[in-house]
Amino acid sequence: MIDVRDTSHLAVPAAPATSEGGPDATGAHCPIEVRALTRRFGDIVAVDRATLGVNEGEIFGIIGPNGAGKSTLIKMLTTLLPPSSGSATVVGADIVRQPAEVRRHIGYVPQLLSADGSLSGYENLLLSARLYGIPHRERAERIARALARMGLAAASRHLVGHYSGGMIRRLEIAQSLLHRPKVLFLDEPTVGLDPGARKAVWDHVLDLRRSFRTTMIVTSHHMDEIDQYCDRIALIDRGRIAAIGSPAELKAKMRPGATLDDVFIQLVGNQSETETEEGYGDVRRTRRAVREHG
Amino acid sequence: MAMSAGPAARSANTADAVVQLGDYATQVFAVAAAEVDKLRHDPLELFTRAVQPVLWLLLFGEVMAQVRGVSPGNLRYLDFLSAGILAQSVLFVAIFNGIAAIWERDLGVLQRYLVSPAPRSALVIGKALAASVRAFSQALIVYLLALVLGVGIELDVASIAGVIAIIGLGSALFSTFSLIIACLVKTRERFMGIGQVLTMPIFFASNAIYPLSLMPGWLRAISHVNPLTYEVDALRALMLTAGRSDYGLGLDFAVLIGTSALLTAVAARMYARMGY
Repeated sequence: MIDVRDTSHLAVPAAPATSEGGPDATGAHCPIEVRALTRRFGDIVAVDRATLGVNEGEIFGIIGPNGAGKSTLIKMLTTLLPPSSGSATVVGADIVRQPAEVRRHIGYVPQLLSADGSLSGYENLLLSARLYGIPHRERAERIARALARMGLAAASRHLVGHYSGGMIRRLEIAQSLLHRPKVLFLDEPTVGLDPGARKAVWDHVLDLRRSFRTTMIVTSHHMDEIDQYCDRIALIDRGRIAAIGSPAELKAKMRPGATLDDVFIQLVGNQSETETEEGYGDVRRTRRAVREHG
Repeated sequence: MAMSAGPAARSANTADAVVQLGDYATQVFAVAAAEVDKLRHDPLELFTRAVQPVLWLLLFGEVMAQVRGVSPGNLRYLDFLSAGILAQSVLFVAIFNGIAAIWERDLGVLQRYLVSPAPRSALVIGKALAASVRAFSQALIVYLLALVLGVGIELDVASIAGVIAIIGLGSALFSTFSLIIACLVKTRERFMGIGQVLTMPIFFASNAIYPLSLMPGWLRAISHVNPLTYEVDALRALMLTAGRSDYGLGLDFAVLIGTSALLTAVAARMYARMGY
């Protein structure tokens, strides 16, 4: 039996197998360092003293039941939401004191639709290029490359409202990549997609890591994806990090032949009967996003 | 080292400031341009929105023109009304800004703006600029209709430039006000209710469709602190051949610029929190 509440031994992140050399070998920062990060909404503690580190080039999964605090954690790391206490640095910049600096170095693909359906693919990318201050003379080339990389060159002049769910996700990834972020946050990037579109999204994610060593934070409810593609994962339950490690490590602590689904259920239990504050809103948003994606 | 590099450092700072200013302008422009692109793809909205001012001028205006004493001495009522209806159509378009922001928040487009390094004030000003562009299309329709109805319209370049400036300011002011309301209420349903409750008093407690001299004292007092009154006052002076300003164009511009700046500062703080 694992002590799911004691995460103190996890405070210092273990270097993943894929990372060559320690993160501080050159004096550089870990792309993401989170120390006792906490967010309260009134009496509810949405994220409770989360501590973790993510290494360069790592694909880091965050899993947990609905309302566990995954989105709140990501909102804090992307500077959308200030923490109640604790601290975090993203690409060396403090999320509270240097939010603009953090924003310059991250890309974020929210769970909801972030591409504008009443604009064309090209116009969406142009908007991002301008917001991120990409010099005028580089814009056209970077947009063309991003579209080509995501397989959207042919559809670039069409309205995004007519895209398929998979195309929209790829466009959103393209628009979050134009400024070449060092860290990319993907909040449920495959929600509502069919298996072919899901695989295409993951292929692009892996390709990015290969090409640019982009560090990625991904949330998903698909344990098979998380198992297959993530180097390490953190399981969040009721605001706390219940476990952290590579999928293999977490499974090894269970019975032989255990899947990540088993780990999830073992550590979190079945909370589907628990009433939560934001349950209805969450479900409404997710279902609407699913409907509008495809 | 820092000492000896004084002048060079200063010119580098100046260059930095210029680059930052350029980036800021680009970010404002980016937000507004996206809205204009949307209008280009689907311009129907501009025409449906034109129905309301047309009805006010044709129906309300023609009937009320028969009432004695409703218009101030030197102006025909239809002339008097046309400037008020121009301001009204700008107001009604601007109030739409808040509900659009809530819509964007529900979709996720807002989060995309907020994770970008663009200063929040640039985003707010960009949205206001977009509302101004919508308002200009309304102004064009009101102008054309007023000309058809024989309203004495001033058509020299300086007057039209002045009208454009006032419409831009009025539109920025009320669209930013609307954005603040949206940041407070956060849901479409609540905004719909509150939007109505706010728009009608702003419209009726002003000099848009009748002069302040007809009002009871308490209503006149409210109208005097209503920015729409100053917008209408300036529009009457600039737009109509027989128009003149009651408060002076200097005060009109000062009220509109000051209020817009204040609301933009407030909205920039609140807009950042809309991503919660």
